[in-house]
Amino acid sequence: MAYQFDFVDVFKYTDVLAKGIAFTVTLIGVGGTLGIAVGIFGAWARGYSRMKWLDWTVGAYVELVRNTPFLIQLFFIFFGLPSLGVKLTELQAALIAMVFNLGAYSTEIIRAGIEAVPRGQLEAGASLAMSRLQVFKHVVLRPALQKIWPALTSQLVIVMFGSAVCSQIAVEELTFAANFIQSRNFRAFEVYFIATGLYLVLAILLRQGMRGLGNWLVFGRRSP
Amino acid sequence: MKFAHIAVALLATVALAHTPARAELDDVKKAGVLKVAVPQDFPPFGTVGPDLKPLGYDIDVAELLAKELGVKIELVPVTSANRIPYLTTKKVDLVISSLGKNPDREKVIDFSTAYAPFFNGVFGPAEQKVTKVEELAGKTIGVTRGSVEDLEITKVIPASATLKRYEDNNGTISAFLSGQVELVATGNVVAAAILAKNPPKRPEVKFLIKNSPCYVGLNKGEPKLLAAVDAAIAKAKADGRLAKISQKWLGAGLPADL
Repeated sequence: MAYQFDFVDVFKYTDVLAKGIAFTVTLIGVGGTLGIAVGIFGAWARGYSRMKWLDWTVGAYVELVRNTPFLIQLFFIFFGLPSLGVKLTELQAALIAMVFNLGAYSTEIIRAGIEAVPRGQLEAGASLAMSRLQVFKHVVLRPALQKIWPALTSQLVIVMFGSAVCSQIAVEELTFAANFIQSRNFRAFEVYFIATGLYLVLAILLRQGMRGLGNWLVFGRRSP
Repeated sequence: MKFAHIAVALLATVALAHTPARAELDDVKKAGVLKVAVPQDFPPFGTVGPDLKPLGYDIDVAELLAKELGVKIELVPVTSANRIPYLTTKKVDLVISSLGKNPDREKVIDFSTAYAPFFNGVFGPAEQKVTKVEELAGKTIGVTRGSVEDLEITKVIPASATLKRYEDNNGTISAFLSGQVELVATGNVVAAAILAKNPPKRPEVKFLIKNSPCYVGLNKGEPKLLAAVDAAIAKAKADGRLAKISQKWLGAGLPADL
């Protein structure tokens, strides 16, 4: 074969890759947590709150996000908003875009869980003299999250891969690191091979983390 | 073996049939036509206008030279890969195709004096007072990842400066215009493309990273044509016509060192 593989050329840039992993983990850690928080609020607003205006407002937000590309949302926040005087660093812009994006998708996922909670369960909560908010907290949310936990995990993994797009606004995450190294040593195969492996590991770790988190917080498989 | 013999014979025939006349100055004047290789895929040096006629910096210079020599012009569109072969096989008299000078090329062809500025540098709005690379300390500079200017400036930039690398020139331009970076390191052609759109932030050159101006390429052994081209360029520089072409296509006059 004519092509000589040279992985040593890539390992010279280990610090760049390490920084890339740190940025990707930060993006998915912070963005994922806040995004799911937004999603829980959105699902409450749409599927439980009984406030029409809030339902519609969140509905409009969900439609806006789910019907436009993530890259455009990101460019709008980073390149567009400075025209209105809102100047964000690339990391802030990336995090906001991710929370904004994941918030909408997880709103719908969690709402599906809420609507799958049997009516009798809500009535049982009401008959125990719980307020509606208490019913939501203690009777609705946990079984809802249990039902949709795998779907939410998948969405998080998708969003983590989506964070690769943030390299476009010079966030120095893993894809940026790979592109950077590739532009220096032109070792495309080696660089993207390693980046692929790293993403694979990160995704598996994320799934495992979500499983652990689910067991702890949602499924309650440990003594409270 | 037989095939090789035939091939050699064929080549010899072709070579004999094409013993071209020297494109020295006298030949050009006798023919009354100056054949010039120009780009058509490299704005603003050479593109094709809406009427399918080539236009650009190089085309204007070609027309200027033809006028100075008192002959008609014939523009021959070339690509950057075939522009030197077109010259060395005498299909054209001159190459005016944003051609940079380097030792390898100098072995094959001759160069006139420079006729167009072509450089990478750091650009920024007027209020940014930066004159050399040390003064970039603490600044944020946008650059296109993997470009020549990226590789060059990475070597010399102060540690306290932040280099933001974007995917392509559009990203770099957007980052500059939206104020995400204070300065950009890019080519004068890219800066000219920004200037052409009359943005609120005007990228003015602060200092050069790498300078590689454009020269007219000629075949070797044509001293009279070379002298005539040099004289025409010198005249156009002196009377401001070249500066006008530069202003028209690059949005800036000629730099002092050209």
